[in-house]
Amino acid sequence: MKQSSTKRQIRLGEIAYARSGDKGSGANVGVIARAPEGFAILRSYLSAARVEKFFKPLGVGKVIRYELPNLGALNFVLPRILAGGASRSLRTDAQGKTLGQAILEMKLTIFKRDWMRLKLPVRSAQSQGDEITQPGVARNATL
Amino acid sequence: MVDKPQIKIGNAQGFWGDSVDAPARLVSQQPDLDYLTLDYLAEVSMSILASQRERDPTAGYARDFVEVVRSLIPLWQKGSKVRVISNAGGLNPHGCAKACAEVLHEAGIRSMKIGVVTGDDVLPLLKAAGTNGGAKSKLFANLETGESLTKVSGALVTASAYLGAQPIAKALTAGAEILITGRVADPSLTVAPCVAEFGWDWNDHDRIAGATIAGHLIECGAQVTGGISTDWLQIPDPANIGFPIVEVSSDGTCVVTKPKGTGGLVNERTVKEQLLYEIGDPDNYLSPDVTVSFLSLQVREEKKNRVRVGGARGRPPTSSYKVSASYRDGFWAQGMLTIFGRNAVAKARRSGDVILKRVREAGYELQRSLVECVGAGACMPGLLDRSIEAELLETLLRVTVADPRREAVERFTKEMSPLICGGPQGVTGYAAGRPRVHPVFGYWPCLVDKKELNPQMDILTSKG
Repeated sequence: MKQSSTKRQIRLGEIAYARSGDKGSGANVGVIARAPEGFAILRSYLSAARVEKFFKPLGVGKVIRYELPNLGALNFVLPRILAGGASRSLRTDAQGKTLGQAILEMKLTIFKRDWMRLKLPVRSAQSQGDEITQPGVARNATL
Repeated sequence: MVDKPQIKIGNAQGFWGDSVDAPARLVSQQPDLDYLTLDYLAEVSMSILASQRERDPTAGYARDFVEVVRSLIPLWQKGSKVRVISNAGGLNPHGCAKACAEVLHEAGIRSMKIGVVTGDDVLPLLKAAGTNGGAKSKLFANLETGESLTKVSGALVTASAYLGAQPIAKALTAGAEILITGRVADPSLTVAPCVAEFGWDWNDHDRIAGATIAGHLIECGAQVTGGISTDWLQIPDPANIGFPIVEVSSDGTCVVTKPKGTGGLVNERTVKEQLLYEIGDPDNYLSPDVTVSFLSLQVREEKKNRVRVGGARGRPPTSSYKVSASYRDGFWAQGMLTIFGRNAVAKARRSGDVILKRVREAGYELQRSLVECVGAGACMPGLLDRSIEAELLETLLRVTVADPRREAVERFTKEMSPLICGGPQGVTGYAAGRPRVHPVFGYWPCLVDKKELNPQMDILTSKG
């Protein structure tokens, strides 16, 4: 229970925006903090390993993370994620157009003190209710 | 050179298939535009052009561009000084220039100079390397996989090097008003007029890096003016989305903007998103003109729909050009059916299995196949909860196959429609008829030493 009083679950899209595109059979996704203070959260919670695990169902290779502190952004290079890329992939999304939208659905369990630093406007009680971390939710959050 | 404090460069074509009236619209919305850049070549475009050239040797370029030139004629006749720079030449820049000259001639324009840049075609080089006992084929190894070119050299269709801004700048300095190239790096379309106008030295890497950033930002048209932005639902008037303009200053910084009265949005977010579009290591963005670091970039909204981007750092470019080659790799087809009703997703998956099983029983073991249930999280497997999937009442079944044999893929196209009578209740959406068979063109990225190539430029005039 102590966990749930110090942590909360958020959707990445609440604190970041993103854009993705293809590079041959790989792709990249840039994740940018909505507020300058959000970059520290991205940096500490959104590791290359975390992103690699998230995109595993698409067969991604070794993910590389680059930091762009000047833009409050991270860039993830996602090798082999397109199963052949624009010319060969059989998938609906052969060009990685959807990966930005997908990563913004990632759930992150973060310390409330990190959340407070964001100074975001208080959200409705209903949406907050959904996001208080319950034991076990953190495991599901890794998808 | 000219003492201009800044030049205005627009983009009104982010890819072949973009809005056809955008170029003339952008020029009429922004009458003081100096340059208009138009990009027609995606990675696969060259193979489409190759198929067209096989049927007609005078083809092999983006025909749409000739219509764009036609649409600009009334604006030039009314005094517009805009110069157009485009890679529409594809595999046949001279053919494209000739078609443009004819259109201008018909309209009574006799004095326009058309610049043509060639030298990007490296197909003979790759073919020779592939057949020469493979001795040189290691040079053109696949950049992604490391495989030797001998694997595909017999099936090569196109091979084009991404040329840089130098031959374009030379043609602009020589007075070209319409500039047609084959494959060039997209940002080079923007770098060239900056160098031609400001007289920068090619070793002035920071400024050339700044212009490269400006080019990178506008090369995909409306993607920087609110298109595909995360917050797209909030952008104003998307039906009238403005195409982008960069005002590049002689110090290499730029302001990204769009014409007044247009829809869409240019703010820090749209600019930052596009900066990160299709990049790898942000400290080593490679172009044929310069190697750019994004890590010192500063992005600041000056006014509504005006964002200043500065601080680019550049280093000397690498000694090679990137090459994009394509090779024949069999055939593919996709078929789609809408499935509605209880357990729609389970019904769709079972239908997909039926189709593939029937192709197999007809004697074709397909090399590759994929069954997707669009609407049930097909683009990101694992994201949508399985329990939600069971609740869905509707899905779009998409079955895609690929095989070296055309007849195997053709057989597949005949196995979709039997489900209309023999599949689950609630199958619909088949009015488009049987799927079409398309050729597959594999993508082969590699490098070529700059010393091996000799980019050329010629100037023609519209009198033909």
